[in-house]
Amino acid sequence: MAGEGDLIRFQHSVTLDRDKCRGCTNCIKRCPMEAMRVQDRKARVIASHCIDCGECIRGCPYHAVKAKVDVYEDILQYKYTVAIADPALYAQFHHLDDVNLVLAALMQIGFDEVAELYREHRIITALTEQAIEEGTLPKPIISSKCPAVTRLIRVRFADLCDHVMPVMTPGELAAHNMREKICEKTGLGPEDVGIFYISPCAAKATILKMPLGIENSNIDKVHSVSDIYTRLLSPMKRIQDPPRIAEFNCAKYACTGTESKALHGRRAIYADGMENIIRLLEDVEDGKLDDFDFVELRACPGGCVGGVLNVENPYVAKFRARHLSSGDGPLPRPEEIPDSAFWEVPLEYAPVMNLDSNVAVALGKMQELERIVGSLPGLDCGSCGAPSCHALAEDIVRGRAQVTDCIFRRGLRGREGNNEEKGG
Amino acid sequence: MSEGLKLHFEVAPDDIAAAGNASTGTKNTLKKMGFPAAIIRRVAIAMYEGEINMVIHAKGGDVDVEIQPDRIVMTLADRGPGIPDIDLAMQEGWSTATENVREYGFGAGMGLPNMKKNTDEMRIDTQLGVGTTVTMTVYVA
Repeated sequence: MAGEGDLIRFQHSVTLDRDKCRGCTNCIKRCPMEAMRVQDRKARVIASHCIDCGECIRGCPYHAVKAKVDVYEDILQYKYTVAIADPALYAQFHHLDDVNLVLAALMQIGFDEVAELYREHRIITALTEQAIEEGTLPKPIISSKCPAVTRLIRVRFADLCDHVMPVMTPGELAAHNMREKICEKTGLGPEDVGIFYISPCAAKATILKMPLGIENSNIDKVHSVSDIYTRLLSPMKRIQDPPRIAEFNCAKYACTGTESKALHGRRAIYADGMENIIRLLEDVEDGKLDDFDFVELRACPGGCVGGVLNVENPYVAKFRARHLSSGDGPLPRPEEIPDSAFWEVPLEYAPVMNLDSNVAVALGKMQELERIVGSLPGLDCGSCGAPSCHALAEDIVRGRAQVTDCIFRRGLRGREGNNEEKGG
Repeated sequence: MSEGLKLHFEVAPDDIAAAGNASTGTKNTLKKMGFPAAIIRRVAIAMYEGEINMVIHAKGGDVDVEIQPDRIVMTLADRGPGIPDIDLAMQEGWSTATENVREYGFGAGMGLPNMKKNTDEMRIDTQLGVGTTVTMTVYVA
């Protein structure tokens, strides 16, 4: 391997169940980063290219590609546990009128405390409003709430890293200082406190392995919405009058557009789905959207309701999220906003897609790449294990594939006349 | 100097939606080669403006790009009407775009000035009734 990803240790939630993987071409074709290959009849992720968008998970018909999350029983490891619920969790339940029922049920299944993220979402809106007002970031400001988008910008859009709103995600913001407060309140040690995030997607599950904007995440474990959903159903049936834990709720923030609309009167646009957001980022990069204040992008269709770790159809969930939403209270006053909301570490471009760090060498490789592309059939059939002929040519110049991986080129050379893999 | 990397794109006539294919393709190639972001941005803007011109004023044409480690040379050749007065065409705000094109948000008279502003060298060869060839160079300092 060409030593990519040496600068940052790329870790991911996307994982493969090798027994279920049939070595087909679905995931390699779906990946917007061309980060998947099939080698020796099994899928593989190129760690430095993967942004944990979850498209491979969505596209695998055999459920072989999964997001690695923690198991519910992990709460037993801690003396005091907190559940931070993603807005998408609330949108999963049929006939839910009050999120307090979900929060109370979370406490029944074993969490000592629950965090509703309404306040954090409003703080981020207030800080974004302030950044637009004061012009502290280049226009348009790009939302940092979807970690897949932030990672996409980091590896593909060098020029846009300083457009990204440098604030923590709502979950990370809620977890910040939480441990200290609990230790103070309970007299427990920091290792006794477990902070759990209930995530709708692989991208948010990765924040604790590879945090953005901070050195170390304050979240200890991540559960999937689907796992917790199943466990909440029966306690939710039993609870009659849930205590009023949260006055407002953040449910509608699970839908793309909510963050933009909260910036009343600003020129804000929103988009979701990987293909759409890449196109939009290309336009921002070319300066075509300089007259916009804000761009809200979400990797999943519909927003976080479309995450692969959810239960409900995203469009049904979207309806429920809006139904549940309690409207917008006033924005928090500046003195209520913690300074710690901002990133400690700036977003830096990671040139993992480059063919070489030396432009002259890269030029030679690009010429070689174009020459190889010309010699391939151009069918993009995926039989070689790369998503396209162009991707195979790139793998060859990077030294991780050979021209004979192409079943057509192999035939031409009279070697291994059929398409059976050697030693398969 | 050894031969650089050559890219070729065709710009289709009357297809504003397809304008930008050459600049996006070039941009992504330059990114993979590790050129500085500021250089890539200038190349992309100049090329995009040129592509738009080829679609709205001419009947499409050919875009050729030659990439060297120290320079990027873009040649945009169209089969359009030619430019009768280059000095006038270079003035900011001067446009011969039709009302139809302006409705799309183009034709503000900033195309050629923007191309000149974002490149280090720009040469226009034009022949009335035959076509225009714009050659732009961006040096990598």
